Amino acid sequence: MAYLEMHAITKTFGSLVANDNVDLKVEKGHIHALLGENGAGKSTLMNILYGLYKPTSGEIFLDGEKIEIQDSKHAIKAGIGMVHQHFMLIPTLSVIENVVLGYKEISRFRLHLDEAARKFNLLCEKFGESISPWEKVENLSIGEQQRLEILKALFRESELLILDEPTAVLTPQETTKLFGFLTKLTEHGLTIIFITHKLGEVMSLCDRCTILRQGKAVSHMDISEVESYSQLAALMVGREVDLETYKTDKTPGESVLELEDLSYTNEKGIDRLAHVSFSVRSGEIVGIAGVDGNGQSELVRLITGLLHATSGSVLIDGCDVTGAKPKEILAHSVAHIPEDRHKMAMVSDMTVNENMILMSYDHSPYSKHGILDWKKIEDINQKLCNTYEVKTPSIHETAGKLSGGNQQKFVIARELNRNSRLIVAVYPARGLDIGTTKYIQSRLIEERDRGAAVLLVSNELDEIFQLSDRIAVLYKGEVMGIVGQKEAKRDAIGLMMAGIGKQKD
Amino acid sequence: MIETLSSFLSSTVRMATPLLIAGLGLVFSANAGIVNIGIEGFMLFGALMGCAGSYWTGSALFGALIAILSTMLFSAIFAYFTINQYADQTVVGAAINILASGITITLNRLVFEGKVPAISGFESLHIPFLEKLPIIGILFQQSLVCYLAFVLVPVVAYVMRKTHLGLQVLAVGENPRASDTVGISVKWTRWWTILLSGALSGLAGAFMSMGQVRFFSEGMISGKGYMALAVIVLGGYTAFGVLWASLIFGVGMALQFRLQVLNTGIPYQILTMLPYVITLVAVCGVNSKTRGPASSGEPYIKE
Repeated sequence: MAYLEMHAITKTFGSLVANDNVDLKVEKGHIHALLGENGAGKSTLMNILYGLYKPTSGEIFLDGEKIEIQDSKHAIKAGIGMVHQHFMLIPTLSVIENVVLGYKEISRFRLHLDEAARKFNLLCEKFGESISPWEKVENLSIGEQQRLEILKALFRESELLILDEPTAVLTPQETTKLFGFLTKLTEHGLTIIFITHKLGEVMSLCDRCTILRQGKAVSHMDISEVESYSQLAALMVGREVDLETYKTDKTPGESVLELEDLSYTNEKGIDRLAHVSFSVRSGEIVGIAGVDGNGQSELVRLITGLLHATSGSVLIDGCDVTGAKPKEILAHSVAHIPEDRHKMAMVSDMTVNENMILMSYDHSPYSKHGILDWKKIEDINQKLCNTYEVKTPSIHETAGKLSGGNQQKFVIARELNRNSRLIVAVYPARGLDIGTTKYIQSRLIEERDRGAAVLLVSNELDEIFQLSDRIAVLYKGEVMGIVGQKEAKRDAIGLMMAGIGKQKD
Repeated sequence: MIETLSSFLSSTVRMATPLLIAGLGLVFSANAGIVNIGIEGFMLFGALMGCAGSYWTGSALFGALIAILSTMLFSAIFAYFTINQYADQTVVGAAINILASGITITLNRLVFEGKVPAISGFESLHIPFLEKLPIIGILFQQSLVCYLAFVLVPVVAYVMRKTHLGLQVLAVGENPRASDTVGISVKWTRWWTILLSGALSGLAGAFMSMGQVRFFSEGMISGKGYMALAVIVLGGYTAFGVLWASLIFGVGMALQFRLQVLNTGIPYQILTMLPYVITLVAVCGVNSKTRGPASSGEPYIKE
């Protein structure tokens, strides 16, 4: 019998079947990948294992014994640890305080931090880590915080670790370091379940994988049996997927977006953007690489008029639009696919149809003399929804009721339909399946070929490399360098994302 | 001169005591992420219940106990709506204040029928030898509640920094979801901190009606609850910070009385403003430097 066996797990939420008769077998000492698209049921399955959900039916065996997991406390006791995608750390507390939080094995009332710190240091030594127990968590790098999360689980004597998309927030170098750390853990007999949708990570790190699609486990295989990326992708999506990105060389035209010495200091007096200067030309895609939170969202907000620069200027087609209102900027033929679709891209309580005219309701062909032409609006939107394969019962469905992927699709349909001069796309493929991602990417390339200037912000380096003509790296609000895609090396970009190796001007 | 200084000290301490007691309760609830403007209403409720309890039982001690227990029950209303019903804390807090003002007026007229009967208040407790000290001797001629307030300061500080309980409160205030994943109940933590803060603010209110004066008058808290909120901000959310901050307010209020008596020519209306001006400066000026818990005021909805 395998170390962990989940038998015929079914979980339903009302009429929705999130897990349908799923089997999972994980061997001791293995790194086992759980691969699948958003909404395939990976998180549901792991939340069942960690006690956050109760399965509708099915059994779980750990180390040969049947276990009933009532809540996360039970799971922790059974030796199961989970590292969430968003770190569960308290930044204002010290490392050791975070480690002992809720852990009462050493003492029940008084905190014995010195004793805990000794135990923590031994643990660090064992796995070749060097995190000071007395440092405040907010002073740790993202990579260190993540390894702290793992150490926190190990401190509670976890034997089985669940890692949920752990590389989403890491630079390539930090990812390499994490993988080294994980391998070391398995050498000490730990077992790891690795949730991901990145095929490369599965191939380079894992021993075995289970692929989930629409709530069912569609395949279990050893990584050595996998023939190609496209085989895995096809199993994930359920049909053949072309993973290639087709992009021809193109000579860019005149400059459309021009940023000159742009700086922004927020209301707390923190410099979020410092002296950013670059341009995006007609017929080119400029990718902004960087770990989330290094000034990307401020940059985009400054360009689209949602924030006002502290100094410097923004020019669109030669017009100074620094400090202009968002509506005035949109009038300069700018399309914006925002980072957070719920907060910025759509009104959840309005219909899809209404949402799709939010930017253009006040001019023809949508309205005349201030009167909306609903017939025409519906026609146009219906066609757009068909082209972009927005799955909705009707365009009169409330936007909030659509799945995340479909919401993203109609937002992209709305933005790319306007034949804009400048397209600002922030995480355009967030939450989309591989097939749709590829479609959106090829649409962005078409827009570029049409002559649009595209500014692409993404935290997926693969996406940046596939689409961009030039790559700019943001670190702590500064542009570390701008490199042509052909000359760019992943290592160098990765180092710049970590703030090392700034280019000379 | 010595006489004046001595009585100034005494009135400072007496003015600071209710702020200190309420503020210590807030150290728990505020650090757990609760913004409770209803504290004003809690204190008002406690002030009435203390008097009523003392009137019924004839004992100040029982009066205080009744104030503590009944205000704790009263605070459960706030806890239920903000924690279990995810209601906005500021809105519920405002509602609590309106409710308290109405309830105390009604109960006051029902219980005392418009009369001001003699009730037993907190008697001062003289500590041998220490009370004989020059100038500061008067500090050892205060009531039991007053001593209790000062003794509680190191106790609260210890619990917050050195025990699991305190760490859990801090964690819940900073990152409720993270606390949840390590098996800490966010709901329960917030419930007990609110109940505790309710109990202490009830005592603080009772001190005002039974320690400072010997009767209940409608609306008698007149902003001391808000001042307790300012105290916690000025005190940087720590027990010792709250001690210093409430003493500063105490000085402000004592000074105001003193200056009124001295007939300085300054209109008394200006002088009565003094403690409130300190509140304003504290909240606006200092607030930018001290950092409250990250989840302050946000209801926690478990997925």
